[in-house]
Amino acid sequence: MLDIQTQLFEGRDICFGPIDHEKDPDVESKWTHDGEFMRLMDLKPARPLSPALVKKKYENLEKQIEEDKNLYYFTIRAKSDDRLIGLAAVEWIEWTNGNAHLRLGLGASEDRRKGYGTQALKMLLRFAFAELNLFRVTVRVPEYNAGALALARKFGFVEEVRRREALERDGRFWDLLVLGLLRSEWEDQARVQIGGESHDE
Amino acid sequence: MMNDLFRGRLVRLANDSPETRSKVEARWQRDTEFHRLADSEPAGVISEKKLREMMEKRMEQGPERYGFSIRTLEDDRLIGGIGLYLPEVHGRDAFVGIVIGEREFWGRGFGTDAMRLILRYAFTELNLHRVSLGVHDYNPRALRSYEKAGFRIEGRTRKDVQREGKRSSSLWMGILRREWMQMQSGEKT
Repeated sequence: MLDIQTQLFEGRDICFGPIDHEKDPDVESKWTHDGEFMRLMDLKPARPLSPALVKKKYENLEKQIEEDKNLYYFTIRAKSDDRLIGLAAVEWIEWTNGNAHLRLGLGASEDRRKGYGTQALKMLLRFAFAELNLFRVTVRVPEYNAGALALARKFGFVEEVRRREALERDGRFWDLLVLGLLRSEWEDQARVQIGGESHDE
Repeated sequence: MMNDLFRGRLVRLANDSPETRSKVEARWQRDTEFHRLADSEPAGVISEKKLREMMEKRMEQGPERYGFSIRTLEDDRLIGGIGLYLPEVHGRDAFVGIVIGEREFWGRGFGTDAMRLILRYAFTELNLHRVSLGVHDYNPRALRSYEKAGFRIEGRTRKDVQREGKRSSSLWMGILRREWMQMQSGEKT
């Protein structure tokens, strides 16, 4: 039986939604003023963005989605009040090879360590494999981002490449890890309950 | 000071105008084996005009791209291209891409010579900390050339390419500045 009843974009506490051009820029602007978040989220130099710059970023993003057709972008929102708590994306999709990179971030520190990341990654993987029909997905994680590494490994991602000393931060060099997950591995995982989380259906 | 930064044993690195390059490269683009060795996107054909426009557009881009054409020292023939791409300009890590479009120059050391030049440029002119590249696992000729130039394998992204109904993997390689420096002192003594 084809399962089209289970909502792709709903988890236990969170859901995936579109950008709210009115409300989201102020929230995301706050995140960019948090150096720790920026260093976990991005390989580029941390840089605070005004709400106006965040708006511009959204416009560029939507232009890219329309023109390049290789990017899916979601805001992560609290199910209870639709508050913006993070972002999730499937990017750099190579359709003929069936592979893509994933991105995931929770903006505010009080929203971390609550299982939202696990729920979001579970949804993102289901979207990538069961809706986009990808063959594999890739994530890039700096070696200092222990939280992201643990989350990826929990879902069966395999460390595939270690780019030695590819990042310099705080006066030292760090490796950049590339982890991959094949659809077959995800299917094996999906049969086993992940993280003791109850299944909603 | 060292030798001319842009001259090797077999080739030199040059910067040619889009008119010159697009004429030659439009011909390379019609070679599907070339395509399948060079990248992982679907092979296609492209007009000289479109190629030229793409190259012209790239001319306006910032300091994240350093592209060269590869010319033979013997008769100044344009046989390939090589370039560094700095995804994060501050990052001190760059990706290098290389193609030899003229088939008669495959497997004869011309690419390796160009790679040695671009590494020298990366480490002594751009002062980068490392250089990275990716290569298909079905391209042993390129792999051997990169190893000769000093790159080490840092991993493989499993089965990330599909061609002719078969899955293959990409190998990822890197060379650190200190490894390159060691190679240079080894060569001189």
